[in-house]
Amino acid sequence: MSTAAKTHASLTDTPQAHVAHHFHTASQQFEAAVQGMWIFLATEILLFSGLFCAYAVFRTNHPEVFEYAHQFLSKPLGAINTVILLCSSFTMAAAVWASQHGRRRTAVALLCLTLLGGFGFLGIKFVEYEHKWKEGLLWGIHYQPHAENASAAAEAPAVAFGEPAVPAAVSASENIEAATAETGEPDPAFRPASLGPPGLRRTAASAAPRTEQQVHNVQTFFGVYFLMTGLHGLHVIAGMALIAWVAWRALKGAFSPAYFTPVAMVGLYWHLVDVIWIYLFPLLYLIH
Amino acid sequence: MSVIDPTVPTALPSSAEDAASDNYLTRPSGLRSWLFTVDHKRIGVMYLVSILTAFLLGGIFAILLRTELLGPQKTVIEADTYNQFFTLHGAIMIFLVIIPSIPATLGNFVLPIMLGAKDLAFPRLNLLSYYLYLGGALLALLAIVLGGVDTGWTFYPPYSIEAAPYNGVIVVLAGVFLLGFSSILTGLNFVVTIHKLRPPGMGWFRMPLFLWSLYATSIIQILATPVLGVTVLLLIVERTLKFGIFHPGLGGDPILYQHFFWFYSHPAVYIMILPAMGIVSELVSVFSRKHIFGYPFIAFSSVAIAMFGFFVWGHHMFVSGQSPLVTVLFSLLTYSVSIPSAVKVFNWLATMHGGSISLKTPMLYALGFVFLFGIGGLTGLFLGALATDVHLHDTYFVVSHFHYVMLGSALIAMLGGMHYWWPKITGRMYSERWGVTAFVLVIIGFNLTFFPQFIMGTHGMPRRYYNYPPEFTFLNQLSTTGSYIMAVSFVLMAAYLLHSLVRGRRAPANPWGGATLEWQCSSPPPTYNFETPPPVRDPYDFRNIEYDPASGGYRRIVPVPATVSKG
Repeated sequence: MSTAAKTHASLTDTPQAHVAHHFHTASQQFEAAVQGMWIFLATEILLFSGLFCAYAVFRTNHPEVFEYAHQFLSKPLGAINTVILLCSSFTMAAAVWASQHGRRRTAVALLCLTLLGGFGFLGIKFVEYEHKWKEGLLWGIHYQPHAENASAAAEAPAVAFGEPAVPAAVSASENIEAATAETGEPDPAFRPASLGPPGLRRTAASAAPRTEQQVHNVQTFFGVYFLMTGLHGLHVIAGMALIAWVAWRALKGAFSPAYFTPVAMVGLYWHLVDVIWIYLFPLLYLIH
Repeated sequence: MSVIDPTVPTALPSSAEDAASDNYLTRPSGLRSWLFTVDHKRIGVMYLVSILTAFLLGGIFAILLRTELLGPQKTVIEADTYNQFFTLHGAIMIFLVIIPSIPATLGNFVLPIMLGAKDLAFPRLNLLSYYLYLGGALLALLAIVLGGVDTGWTFYPPYSIEAAPYNGVIVVLAGVFLLGFSSILTGLNFVVTIHKLRPPGMGWFRMPLFLWSLYATSIIQILATPVLGVTVLLLIVERTLKFGIFHPGLGGDPILYQHFFWFYSHPAVYIMILPAMGIVSELVSVFSRKHIFGYPFIAFSSVAIAMFGFFVWGHHMFVSGQSPLVTVLFSLLTYSVSIPSAVKVFNWLATMHGGSISLKTPMLYALGFVFLFGIGGLTGLFLGALATDVHLHDTYFVVSHFHYVMLGSALIAMLGGMHYWWPKITGRMYSERWGVTAFVLVIIGFNLTFFPQFIMGTHGMPRRYYNYPPEFTFLNQLSTTGSYIMAVSFVLMAAYLLHSLVRGRRAPANPWGGATLEWQCSSPPPTYNFETPPPVRDPYDFRNIEYDPASGGYRRIVPVPATVSKG
């Protein structure tokens, strides 16, 4: 072991045992931890920023894809998950308060409730993922929707549209060539990313709800969906591991009004996980 | 009349003997005490050894590349091998060497001591950061074993997603992710330390300028690196699971990758150059024995460079199909970075003006920096200008420009800092004569290597090419000769620095007459740096620091007021 840890261990009898050797006071150490945690949370948001940015770019270029594809997400399940996470954030905040006031048993109970919220969220997320998996509503090359999700496409003349049931598997240029060969000009239904978006304009003939063969590159929506919720899910799991760890330490009586830094820091992390979901839910589920 | 300042722990011969036997290097002892150390000084030394090893590896690849380019057609290696070597040379030098070089080694070692603190705010996080670096480095090496990478260090899709048959690219990307994490944790640690562990009396404007530059660097590390993290994650899932974010065949957008990549990788250039500028600010002042000129301008220009640096990434994509409006804006913003950079250069020159300049090895490197950064920075303006960039894009002109900034500026300043703090880190003095010799060879070798590349670039030789028309042979041979001279000078440097560890004269506490706090503790410093926090003074006030022939170094004296001495 290092000397720092030894010095630390030799101080365990004193009331200031948790103050590391290079800090002058407990409050200086706590402030350092809080600032460090906030900076870390900023980096987490920036990690997600790449995905939010990708979302913005794809949605701006292909609003019709997002409008069409979001209907396959379950609004009720998403809403329930939002409520679960919000409640767990409340119990987490209460757990921090309880540790701060030396209420050990309350703190442990509240942390366990928070953990339960995490399990509930992941359970519902699992149900949603399983549904997408069975329906073939996956990302990129694995986007192979079943017939009931693409009924109109299944009826479309295959010769004009290549393989309409699995448009993702066909490269955009092949689509263009196939469509051009039949009609002499590119069919507006087949647009590679490089062409301008058809947008949300609807011709008189297509006032009816959009169907699969009118919307292309639907897989990009599911790619974005799985990346964003997947990365968020990993953060939920990490947060739950941390909550379990502080709950265990709280049970052993490691925290007191003088020292509850780990609970407060894990609390901040859990709130961040919550906040990110608050943005993901409307962006992915509530599109008009 | 003057007497020794009683408030300063003096380095008497007896205490120097103590320092030689009882310091951070010797106590505690044993391999485990090093592997699990949380001492910022030991972690800094471990980083230094690791980074110099990576530099050796990247340098070997560079020499092989230059040897291949001695003549047109095949000289020593195959074309495919060549592609892998320039990828590995770039990836190693950027991610394993230059980005962590100054902050993780010298910054780690010096930052807490400059603050009069005992350690960084989060010592264990610091150790984690080192092991993440080590893990990233090992993954990069694993990629070589797994068949290599030939995408170039930029990993542009769609080539990096599908065409490259080498699965090493996934391993390298995972390594880059870990290295980014390591970089973020170092930056986070530095920012919190500077905020929370500054001693009473050290306001923001009494900090040494090296700390300002490390602070600005840390801000970039914190705000830019997570974007690199998510970018390489996306590229990994794109390659393994075919997500369709970057792949045009799946509706993805390869230009989006370029935006993401350069949103990190342009600010990363300032991660490399800002700490270098911080070192030069210290060296110029100490070796001119004159107060730094325009302290607040140098401090704020570091912050300005860090901020502007976030808004210029598009200048890497002038020919990638951006809209003309965006291109013009990025060009304009790119020019704006030259203002704070020039502010620094003029302040250094003004500091030297009228100073008592001593051309010790570290100062030579500082002067070399100003000269090479001048060339590197000004040629950057050629590339920031839209019309000339279309001509020069992806030619050897670009290669030469960024080598002048990265090797010629960032690493030259790193070497200056290494020579400056070598007595403090190791407790030994190196041979000044060999130091000067190696410096002269580095400068000659560097310019001989890279100046011909400017000419080749303007004549149209593209970068990353294995073969070239015969008329480029002479310039390529000049360049290769220069790279050999540089290799010799680095070997020479390694020889006299290693020799100094064994035979070097014991270093006094303050061999150069510096006024910052690290020169007030012994060389090498004790395990906890300072028994009591040292008194904070102006870091650039050299008036009361005088040479002491007995110890071979400098010490602080207090001038006795005239009235007292008369009485």
